[in-house]
Amino acid sequence: MTDGDLAENRSHVFERLPATDAERTVGGRPSREAVLAWWDDRFGVPRETFAEHTFWEKGAGKLWAYAGDAPDPADLEALGMVFLRVRQEHWKPTTDAVQRFGRAATRNAIELDGAAARRFVAGEDQELPWDGDWGYLIAVHRPPGREGDRPEPLGVGLYVHGELRSQIPKGRRREIDRAER
Amino acid sequence: MVLERYEPLVEDSEAFRAACERPLPSVVRVNTIKATVERVRRALAAADTDAEAVDWNPRLFRLSTDRPGNTWPYYHGWIYGQEEVSALPALVLDPQPGERVFDPCAAPGSKTTQLAALMDDRGTLVANDNNLGRLSALRSNAERCGVTNLAVTNTDARTFSLKPFGAPKDPPGADGTGSPAGEPFDRALVDVPCSCEGTVRKNPDALEEWSLDHVRGIAGLQRGILERAIQVTREGGTVVYSTCTFAPEENEAVLDAALGATDCRVVPFETPLETRPGVTEWNGETYDEAVRHARRVYPHLNDTGGFFCAKLEVGA
Ligand SMILES: C[S@@+](CC[C@H](N)C(=O)[O-])C[C@H]1O[C@@H](n2cnc3c(N)ncnc32)[C@H](O)[C@@H]1O
Repeated sequence: MTDGDLAENRSHVFERLPATDAERTVGGRPSREAVLAWWDDRFGVPRETFAEHTFWEKGAGKLWAYAGDAPDPADLEALGMVFLRVRQEHWKPTTDAVQRFGRAATRNAIELDGAAARRFVAGEDQELPWDGDWGYLIAVHRPPGREGDRPEPLGVGLYVHGELRSQIPKGRRREIDRAER
Repeated sequence: MVLERYEPLVEDSEAFRAACERPLPSVVRVNTIKATVERVRRALAAADTDAEAVDWNPRLFRLSTDRPGNTWPYYHGWIYGQEEVSALPALVLDPQPGERVFDPCAAPGSKTTQLAALMDDRGTLVANDNNLGRLSALRSNAERCGVTNLAVTNTDARTFSLKPFGAPKDPPGADGTGSPAGEPFDRALVDVPCSCEGTVRKNPDALEEWSLDHVRGIAGLQRGILERAIQVTREGGTVVYSTCTFAPEENEAVLDAALGATDCRVVPFETPLETRPGVTEWNGETYDEAVRHARRVYPHLNDTGGFFCAKLEVGA
C-alpha cells in the first residue's frame, strides 16, 4: 500500500498507532513497531521500556505515550505524554520523554559537565567536541550529590557542525542557582 | 474582617488569627514517578538548600529557599511545589495502581500529579477542568513529572460525561487486561473552586473579593460538581471532597446536600494531622450528624494553610 491509498490523519482526535506497517490505514503514520525500533536504534532504549504504554497520534506527526485505558479513536484534550514528533525527516523526541524514558539510553547520549549542563537548560547553544552521529542527541549530566549514579537526562540537543543546540522549550528553560558545591 | 466570623468555631481565636497572618514556608513534594525521597534529599543538600522532612508525610520537605524552581531537582521533575496541607486529600483518597480515578477540578495539577505518583503511574487518571488556560499549566506540570497515565478533558464538571471514554461494554484497554474504558470510576478527588480563605497565609489578598453572595453562589457550583462526581463513581467507590475554606456553607452544607440528593455516606478516616470535626450547626442551619466525620484543619493547629476534607463512600 502507498500513502496515496491511505486516509488523512484526523488530527482532532487521538488514534492508536497500528501495530505494524502492514496494518496502516492513515498516510504517514508510523507503526508502533517502527517507533519501538527507532528508540532502540537511535538511543539503545530497549523495547520493554514501553511495554505498559500504547502509542497514539493527535495533531499531524505528534505522538503520545499513554499508560491508561481509552477507546480508539478518543476525543480528549490530552492522553499521556507527547513523546515524539515524526513528520520531519528526522524524528525528534520531547524533553519530557527523554527525561522519563531516556535513562536507559546507551547511544547518542552526550554527557555534560556542571557548567555545560546549566547552559544547556538555560537554552544556550554551545561548541562541544562529539565523535558520534550528528542529529538529535540526549543530553545527560550527573546532578551534584549523585555523582556516583548513572547520568540523568536533561533533554534533547541537536548536534551539528561542532555545536550542541539546546532544544529545551522556552517554558522548560531554567537558570539553575549556582549554590551547589 | 472575614475571618472573625469563624472565631466561634475555633477554641483559640488568638492563635488562629496570629497563624493566619504568618507567611507559609515553601514546601515541595517528592515526585516518586521520577525520584526517591533519598535522592531528592541528597540533591537538595548538594544545592545548599536546607530541607526539613515534614513529620507526618515523608514525601514532603520544608525548604529554606523560596525559589525551588531554580534547582536541579525541580528541573528534573523530582519535586513539585505544593502547600503542605493540600497533600492531605490525595492520601485520604488512597488511589491504587491500576484503578480508574477522577479529578474533576484538576488544574493546575498539584493533586493530579500526586495521585499519579500514588498510582505508580498505572491505571487511568482522568483530569478535568473547565478552564483551558489552567489546563495547559496542568499538562506541562504533568509532563514535567513524567506522568503518562493521564487523560485530560475540558468540560464543566457538573455535566461531566463518560462518553469520550467509550461505552462500558467497549473492549478493555492497552494490553487486553484492565477495565473497559467507559466504566465508572473507583475513586474521585473533588477539589472544588472555593472562597479560598484558608490560603490567606500564602496570598494575603485572598479575602479581598470575599462576599456572602459569592460564598452562596459558589456553594451551588460545589454541590453540582460533587453530586456529578458521586454519580460517575461505582458503587462501593470512594469520593473525597476538599476545599481550602473555613465556610460551612461551602463545606458541611455541601455534604449535607449531597447526602440528601445522592446515594452515599460520609465516613470517618484517620489523619496524621491535628484536626477538628465537621460542624453540624452554623448560623441557624443544622446539618446531618454524619458531617462530623469530615475534618477541619485550622492554620494554628499544624502551622499550615486552612483546609477541609471529607471522605464519602458511594452507594453503601
Ligand atoms: C481549587 S482549584 C483546583 C486545584 C487542583 N486540584 C490542584 O490541586 O492543583 C479549582 C479548579 O476548579 C476549576 N473549575 C471551576 N469551575 C469548574 C467547573 N464548573 N467545572 C470544572 N472545573 C471547574 C477551576 O478552573 C480551578 O482550576
